[in-house]
Amino acid sequence: MIRYIKKALADIRSNRFLNLITIVTISLSILVVSLFLLFFENASRVIEGWNQGGRAMIYLTPAFSPEMLPDLEARIKTLGEVEEMRFISKSRALERLKDEMTGNTGFFETLKENPLPHALEIRMNTHGDFQQMKAFAEKIAALEMVESVEYGQGWLARFLKIFSLFRITGYAMCGLFLLIALFITANTVRLAFYSRRLEIEIMRLVGATQGFIKTPFYVEGLLQGFLGGVLGLLILLAAFFTVSSGISRNLSAYVYLDIRFLSVRAMGIILLASTFLGWFGCYLSLKQILK
Amino acid sequence: MNLESSKHAIIRLFNVTKRYGAKMALNDVSVDIQPGEFIFISGPSGAGKSTLLKVLYLAEKVSEGQILINGMNLARISSAKLPLLRRRFGMVFQDFKLIPGRTVFENVALVLEVAGEKPAYIRKKVMHVLRTTGMEKKANALPPTLSGGEQQRVAVARAVVGDPDIILADEPTGSLDHASAKLVLDFLMAYHKNGATILLASHNLHLLESMVRGRNIELEQGQLVKTSTLL
Repeated sequence: MIRYIKKALADIRSNRFLNLITIVTISLSILVVSLFLLFFENASRVIEGWNQGGRAMIYLTPAFSPEMLPDLEARIKTLGEVEEMRFISKSRALERLKDEMTGNTGFFETLKENPLPHALEIRMNTHGDFQQMKAFAEKIAALEMVESVEYGQGWLARFLKIFSLFRITGYAMCGLFLLIALFITANTVRLAFYSRRLEIEIMRLVGATQGFIKTPFYVEGLLQGFLGGVLGLLILLAAFFTVSSGISRNLSAYVYLDIRFLSVRAMGIILLASTFLGWFGCYLSLKQILK
Repeated sequence: MNLESSKHAIIRLFNVTKRYGAKMALNDVSVDIQPGEFIFISGPSGAGKSTLLKVLYLAEKVSEGQILINGMNLARISSAKLPLLRRRFGMVFQDFKLIPGRTVFENVALVLEVAGEKPAYIRKKVMHVLRTTGMEKKANALPPTLSGGEQQRVAVARAVVGDPDIILADEPTGSLDHASAKLVLDFLMAYHKNGATILLASHNLHLLESMVRGRNIELEQGQLVKTSTLL
C-alpha cells in the first residue's frame, strides 16, 4: 500500500496544477456545504434557546383549586415526558407581574380581584421537535380544568416554516455543489488517465493487473477528496472566527445567541464525505474508461 | 510436424489467421517452437511479423486458429489471468516503449513491481541487469535524455529483468545504427544462451545472419512461405 501511496503522491506532484484545481474545487464545494451545516446547527440551537427547551405555560380554568393539583399533575405526566413542572398560583402570578411592572403599582390597586388564572409552568422533553411539542400541548389543552396552553406556537411555527424552506433550499444547494465537485474530480481522473496512457499501456504489456493500474488513481482520488475537505473546513474555520466574534459582540445584548463552530462529529462526517467524493469521482471515471 | 518435438513445443500455432477488415495480416500460419530456440521472423514490411508477435502476447486476438503457450490455450485465457501470461514474456519494441517521466531504474523495475516483488530484491535485480547491459551509470537518467541505442538497451534490460522464458522482440534493431544494433543483439544472444526462447521479428535478415544462429520463419503477405536454419 505504501508503494501505491508513494506513486499517487508522485503523480499528484507531476500533475500539480490539475490536482490543485481539483482540490480547490472540492474545498469550495465542501465550504458551501459546511457553511449550510454550520448555519443549520447554530440556527437549531438558537431556536431551541428561544423556545427555552420546550417550556410551556398551562393556564387553568377559574374552577380549578390548588387541591386538584396532584391529580392534574399525574394526568399531565401520563401524556408525555415532562422534565420539570411548577405550579404558579394566581396570587404568585400577580406578585410576579407586580415585580415586573414596578412603577405602575397604581393600576394594581384599582383591581377588585385578582384577574390572573392559576397556571402550571412545565418543560416538555420533546428534543426540540416542534411537531412533537405541538401534539403534547394539544393533549394537555384537552384536559379538564385546562383553559389554554401557551408555547409560542404562533411566531415559532411561522419561523419554523421559513426555516424548513431554507433548509430544503440548503440541501438542494449542497447537492448541486457536491455534484459539481464529483464531476470535476471525475474529469481530473480522466485527464490524468489520458495523460498517462503510454505508461498504462506499458504497464499492461509487462503484466500489470487492473488493480495495480487503478489503485494509484483511487489513492489519488481519496487524497484529493481528503485534502479538499480539510482545506474547505480550514477556510470555514477562519471565516467563522472572523465573523462570529463580531455577531456575538453586536447582537448578543438583544437576542439569545449561542454561536459555535461545527461539532467534531459534523467535521468528521464532512471529511468522510469529501474523501468519499474523491473516491467516487475516480470510480465513475475509471469504470467508464476501462470498460 | 514431428510428433515428438510437437509434444515439447513451448509455443504452438495451429492455422492462425488474423484479419483486419478485408486485410489478411496472418493467413493460416502453423508452427511449433521448441524451448530454447532462437527464431527469426523475417519478411518485408506488412508481411505480418508484428502481428504474429501481437497475437502471441494477446495484444490482438486471432480471427481463426489456436495458439498454445506451454500447453495453455490463449483463446481460453481469462482477463484476470492475462497479466500472469504476459509476465512470462519479455518484450522489446522498435519504439522502445519506455515511460518518459520515469528514470531508467524505474522503467526496468516496473516489471518486478507489477509482479509484487519486494523493494530490496527489485533494487538488487535491476542494478544487476543494468550492469550487464552497460546502463548502470544511467540508472537515474530519464529516457528522453538517452540515445536510441541506450534506450533500446534499457528496453532489453526491462525485457529480461523478470527472467522470462520467452522474449518477443519486434524490430529491436530497426531504428539503431550498426554498433548499437550489435550491442542489443549480443545481449539477446547472451540471454538466449541461458536457455530462453527468443522470437525476433526483423526485416533486416542480413544483419541477423552475420551475427546469430537459429531458425528463420519467413512471412509474406501473412503466409509462412519458408522455414530455414541460419548457421
